[in-house]
Amino acid sequence: MSFTSLLVANRGEIARRVIRSAHDMGIRCIAVYVDADADAPHVADADEAVRLPAGSAGYLDGKAILDAARATGAEAIHPGYGFLAENASFASDVAAAGLVWVGPTPEAIERMGDKLAAKALAIESGVPTLPSCDDISGAKDLGYPLLVKAAAGGGGKGMRIVKVPADLQEAVAAAKREAASSFGDDRVFFEHYVTRARHVEIQILGDQHGKIVHLGERECSIQRRHQKILEESPSPRLDPALRSAMGDAALKLAQGLGYQSAGTVEFLVDDDSGAFFFLEVNTRLQVEHPVTEAVTGIDLVREQLRIAAGEPLGYGQDDVAWSGAAIEARLYAEDPAAGFLPATGTLIAFEPAPSPQVRWDSGVAAGSVIGVDFDPMLAKVIAFAPTRAEAAGRLALALSRTHLGGVTTNRDFLVAVLRTPEFLAGDTTTDFIERVALPRSLELSEEALERVAHVAALWIQGANRAEAAVLGDAPSGWRNARLPDQKLEFQVGKREIVVRYRALRDGRFRLGNGSHARIHAWSPASIDLEIEGRRLGSRVSRAGDRLVIQGSHGDVELRVRPRFQVPGAEKTSGGLVAPMPGKVIDVRVSVGAAVRAGQTLVVLEAMKMEHPITAPEDGVVAEVHVAVGEQVDNGALLLVVDPVRDETAEGDA
Amino acid sequence: MQPPLLAPPLVSNLDTRAEAFVENRAAMLEKLAEIDALLDEAEAGGGASHHERLAKRGKLPVRERIANVLDPDSPFLEISPLAAYDSDYIIGGGAVAGIGVIAGTECVIFANDPTVLGGALTPYAGKKWMRALEISRDNRIPYVSFVESAGADLRVRTDGGKSPSAGSSGRLQHFAETGRFFYEMIELSKLRIPTVCVVFGSSTAGGAYQPGMSDYNIVIREQSKIFLAGPPLVRMATGEESDDETLGGAQMHAEVSGLGEYLAEDELDACRLCREVISHLNWRKSGPPPSLRSEEPLHDPEELLGLVSPDLRRPVDVRELIGRVVDGSRFEEFKSRYGKTLVCGWASIHGYPLGILGNNGVLNPESAEKAAHFVQLCNQIDTPLLFLQNLTGFVVGRDFEQAGIIKKGSQMINAVANSNVPHLTVIFGASYGAGTYAMSGRAYDNRFTFLWPTAKIAVMGPKQIAGVMSIVRRARAARKGEPFDEEADARMVEMVEAIQEKGSLALAATGAISDDGIIDPRDTRTVLGICLSIVRNQAVKGTDGYGVFRL
Repeated sequence: MSFTSLLVANRGEIARRVIRSAHDMGIRCIAVYVDADADAPHVADADEAVRLPAGSAGYLDGKAILDAARATGAEAIHPGYGFLAENASFASDVAAAGLVWVGPTPEAIERMGDKLAAKALAIESGVPTLPSCDDISGAKDLGYPLLVKAAAGGGGKGMRIVKVPADLQEAVAAAKREAASSFGDDRVFFEHYVTRARHVEIQILGDQHGKIVHLGERECSIQRRHQKILEESPSPRLDPALRSAMGDAALKLAQGLGYQSAGTVEFLVDDDSGAFFFLEVNTRLQVEHPVTEAVTGIDLVREQLRIAAGEPLGYGQDDVAWSGAAIEARLYAEDPAAGFLPATGTLIAFEPAPSPQVRWDSGVAAGSVIGVDFDPMLAKVIAFAPTRAEAAGRLALALSRTHLGGVTTNRDFLVAVLRTPEFLAGDTTTDFIERVALPRSLELSEEALERVAHVAALWIQGANRAEAAVLGDAPSGWRNARLPDQKLEFQVGKREIVVRYRALRDGRFRLGNGSHARIHAWSPASIDLEIEGRRLGSRVSRAGDRLVIQGSHGDVELRVRPRFQVPGAEKTSGGLVAPMPGKVIDVRVSVGAAVRAGQTLVVLEAMKMEHPITAPEDGVVAEVHVAVGEQVDNGALLLVVDPVRDETAEGDA
Repeated sequence: MQPPLLAPPLVSNLDTRAEAFVENRAAMLEKLAEIDALLDEAEAGGGASHHERLAKRGKLPVRERIANVLDPDSPFLEISPLAAYDSDYIIGGGAVAGIGVIAGTECVIFANDPTVLGGALTPYAGKKWMRALEISRDNRIPYVSFVESAGADLRVRTDGGKSPSAGSSGRLQHFAETGRFFYEMIELSKLRIPTVCVVFGSSTAGGAYQPGMSDYNIVIREQSKIFLAGPPLVRMATGEESDDETLGGAQMHAEVSGLGEYLAEDELDACRLCREVISHLNWRKSGPPPSLRSEEPLHDPEELLGLVSPDLRRPVDVRELIGRVVDGSRFEEFKSRYGKTLVCGWASIHGYPLGILGNNGVLNPESAEKAAHFVQLCNQIDTPLLFLQNLTGFVVGRDFEQAGIIKKGSQMINAVANSNVPHLTVIFGASYGAGTYAMSGRAYDNRFTFLWPTAKIAVMGPKQIAGVMSIVRRARAARKGEPFDEEADARMVEMVEAIQEKGSLALAATGAISDDGIIDPRDTRTVLGICLSIVRNQAVKGTDGYGVFRL
């Protein structure tokens, strides 16, 4: 059934991605949004948008979305990925409402949504699977290490690696809690764990007329927290024989399902033997679909829409051709240095590099607030080049040239990975991040940091002059007699930098360290500066007292220390604070309890992940400020532990 | 964007490779180096030991206090930084005065330097203070004082007259005539010009009236002390035992007496509070904003260094100066073919329109008449005037007297004296005799007077004075029939000329605070631009009336 209007039941980059292809096909697009997304780019991209009522389940609220479709006369619904994408009953409701569902049949979704059923189908189809069992008593037969997985899971949620039997119980409990909160289903199962494994998946496309093709593989081995951050096609590990074997396996499975629309069959490849094992089928468009698009030239969203409209694929397996190499990086608001914990805040700067040319799929803009409500992915950046090395280089350069700040991101880490010899050699297994110890954030030398501070100070100088209410035409900091140098204090992370400078008659500035700077150009968004012969072109963004300075060094965020301190109350010190906004799901100690360094005291849940708060040293709990169920802000005081001297520690138990 | 003045840029005929230019430039740079060294001396104030003592008490030097209150990167125009040059006092006179921007508001700041005689009021500080108050009143800009003063300098001369004289510096001054500052301060308040006082230290006796006469007082915990009489004097007067804090401490004044509106925790906090107070004034300038396009001059201001010869007899075309100061070097000359010894015309600086009168020689009847006409035209259209002085005075001689030089000159002085638009005066060469007055000298209520290092100001040229006095002596001897000692006369002529020369130099003038300071010629545009902005805090309104023009 053809359609000319489409409701996109999603947000962020994928909503924009779907709208882009739909618009190319001449289809009118309707967006939905929750209040937090009222100013989001996907709303602006759509032809029409409907607010999901406060009190609804937002993008998970099937009824609200169907209401929106009816109100706007949408004929079809594309669910994107996540949210309702793999919700079989919603898919049925869409069809029942007389609308076109852009995705596989509810039956296929339901069947593949159950990991155990999926595995059964694989076995039935003769596709190799990992040894597993659904009962904890059988776990010991699988051997260690083993994996605890949520039956209804995906995306690494509700998943735990267990290395020794002693950790099994706790891992099961945690996996169940996470599974329950993420999927509303706390069933888990156990699986053999391949130590040096690669994650390789096959993209499939099936039409409503029984035609199914595969579009080759994507390797997504580089993961943190069991979530992908770099994906590529082709896989550096696969040879034509393995590729064709895996493609055939995926096709067999898909045929067994009568699969329609785009889907992905995920496999684990044992790096040493080349053996592959079926993991699961994702009955949706994948986050990393663009790398397949790049190497095949096939627009997957377009294919989904065509298939949903009942059109035949129009080509067969032999017509699918691959060329070049594509790599996708997922740019996340997270802190690699802090165990990749999600980060929140307002994006002060978000300006993709104009060159080299890469594809940016993003759902944010400068000014976007990155909160705790949704996945903290800012953008996907996809480089396509004739060779893998060129694609990696291009992607690294594009990422490093992007002006980005306000929220901690994994950008510098991604760049480091893309430039590391191990990655370039294709030595990519799922333990890559643990195995290849890379700097998790940009480490600047004192000299480089001072240079950035000088750039920042002279940019602020320019802003001060540009914004001057009076005497704006007088030269900066002009004096006819003697006054002390201009002074600015910055904070970069925990480091403090004091910058002094003085304007000279010839237009240059003498810096506190004795060097001289000349400003070639200044704008509210940039500065072009020369310090002792070194040209430093920088993009600059400011929000309040925070500055993001981009130059050859990458982006550095500086906080301008206030010129004056308003006298006020002292802050509480010595307490443990929430590392991010979240919900308290466990408080394991009470006032007076003796605790050991490293002991878990409170467990926070944020972004559907658990974050234990541990005692920094031995001590006694002096204050507890939170209770289970409480929502806490970033930096909120959770509890206070008084350190205890060794001789008294024993007696306080 | 505003339109530029339509006049074309001036054409420059300055030959920067000429020997004279190179020599002039070298001489000018030498003078600037001397001034630079003097500015360093002024910054040092009472010297290193006093600065160390200040630092030990956690207090900031006066210039750091000022820097902390100013908007970052904004300009600061210090007034008479070389006051007390060649006097018994430390250069600067123990106080800093200047115009700066606080919270987007142009303010005048007057600050005691506690490293100089404990901030005691020297005669030079007193004159600077009066000048600061005058700038505030005439231009309607808020007045900020940083007080830390031991009060009047009570030291009595005991060593035969070499130490700084106490309070009154001459026989024609008496205590009964002093204290006008307080009158002026409270008058500012009446004129709706806010006065803000930050008390950084002692403010005693007469000094106590500085906060007393201010609209807003900021006092600093355990640092400010304000009392009419300190513990020693109280004990002498009444026998009462007391201490600084209960008698006049900051906390007492903030909580008990009510003299201090804001209690600051430390000096930096006081600067913050001062900025907050200025910020709430919501200051609106009464004059119009810039109406023309601000453009850098076409001709390089660096070349101003070689324009003027130390020997002021060498002629200078004032247009070369104008072309290196005004927007886009654009200058519309008025009556260019009449009274050529005075160049008149219109230009703009930093977008502010102005009328310029610049000397190209002595004032003769035609140029004086032209000036009177031009000043009236500028008053008619509310345009400020800039006087560029380099003149040996009004022309003398039979023909000129008969042509009515006194009448014409008086017309000019009448117009200048009664003109009501702001006058800015820059003396870049000679400023002699009645020429000083006619070209809106200091005594003619101009708003600002600045000197180039080459300026010389006197009743007439040193050589002329010495020569005139010699002629008088000779005539007296002849009258009395006495023999005339040629040798002694020659010695006398030489001595008089040397004394007059020294007394006429820019440094002597600025030391006496008879101007607002010596400026680097290259800063002329900036200084004038700042002044043109400052004067616009007051409405710019030309006069409707003059004295009877003697026609």
